[in-house]
Amino acid sequence: MNGEGQKGAPQGFDPRRRRFLSAAAAAAGVALAPGVMLYGIAASTPAGARAPEEAASPWVRWGLLVDVARCREGCDACVTACAEENGLRGQGRPETDAQWIRKVELRDPASGTERSLPVMCQHCAEPPCVDVCPTGASFKRADGIVLVDKHTCIGCRYCMMACPYKARSFVHEAVTGQKSYAPRGKGTVESCTFCVHRVDAERSPACVEACADSGGGAMLFGDLHDPESEISKRIATYATTRIRADLGLDPGVRYRNL
Amino acid sequence: MARGAVIVLALVMGLVALTGPPWGGAIQAACAAEDSRVPLPAITKGKGESCVAETGFMRRNHMNLLDHQRDETMREGIRTTRFSLKNCVACHAVPGADGKPVGADDPRFFCTACHEYVAVKIDCFQCHASRPETPARAGLREGFGGNAALSMIGKDWR
Repeated sequence: MNGEGQKGAPQGFDPRRRRFLSAAAAAAGVALAPGVMLYGIAASTPAGARAPEEAASPWVRWGLLVDVARCREGCDACVTACAEENGLRGQGRPETDAQWIRKVELRDPASGTERSLPVMCQHCAEPPCVDVCPTGASFKRADGIVLVDKHTCIGCRYCMMACPYKARSFVHEAVTGQKSYAPRGKGTVESCTFCVHRVDAERSPACVEACADSGGGAMLFGDLHDPESEISKRIATYATTRIRADLGLDPGVRYRNL
Repeated sequence: MARGAVIVLALVMGLVALTGPPWGGAIQAACAAEDSRVPLPAITKGKGESCVAETGFMRRNHMNLLDHQRDETMREGIRTTRFSLKNCVACHAVPGADGKPVGADDPRFFCTACHEYVAVKIDCFQCHASRPETPARAGLREGFGGNAALSMIGKDWR
């Protein structure tokens, strides 16, 4: 299953490029002033993978590309995988149960064209949920992943109202049996995290993996800031759209054939 | 006579107050003795030789370490394991009657045992898992299945 030369390295990683950038950064750091280094590059490990003690890098922006033409109607592999990965168990009350990712079926009444696509937190570059949060609990990580810090979330749900994608859920009832890497509890708001625990371990989100394994292989995860990454190349090659692009939120999730 | 006794008592109390630490140590030692009438929390020892830092330091500062770690992990994605709550839970797991680790609602649970004793309520485990992850799922860093999936899509997708 492993592609040749892909073992252990993130998609689109080129060691030569990394070495060149590191050397350039070191030179720039020396040129600026002694002891002053460009943030984020100097601490990079030679292996390309982020060390556990290294903070998320602002030079990375995680994004997702969904090919709607490959997304099958009725397939919910991504939704199931998300629930399994993050320990989301419904209470049998669809109105209030958490939805981090949902399948949306679209039909153009004029032409009858039908589309089926997954919609989750779009991880905007200008997230309105972060703008409105009164406690700073809703935040965007350096690598572009939008998260809720449940330690400071007061459950006001302002972010849920601000989000044009209806991506966030409120936990209405006490939760038990959480996953150790995905804490969640009553009285806080939550949403898709791009499986941040997996991303930090150099893996792709559970939905992407499930889509490749048992779905249509419609999802591609990668670094939008790296021009050599597969996702960047594809975005540069053909036209992709973002939902409600008119809002100017610059979402990290893009769709093709929508 | 009664006045004299009061003065002597006051002097003794003053002496105890002034030489606090050694007396305190003696009192603590007496409490720790098995025949003590003072109830003590039943704390199960964690795995390994010692905790991630000196025991006295951990007793006083574990909450600060956890707070610090939580902000670093949540906000910056720093995932060192030394002071992580996951690590605490894994190392200090207390097996129940069925041999499986008990949860935070059990009085034998490491945090609960002491926190109930000192009447300090913690809400960590309303959200966080109080049972360690099973080995199959715990070693996240070992698995690179995600990249396999990525490379697969890379080839397959046109």
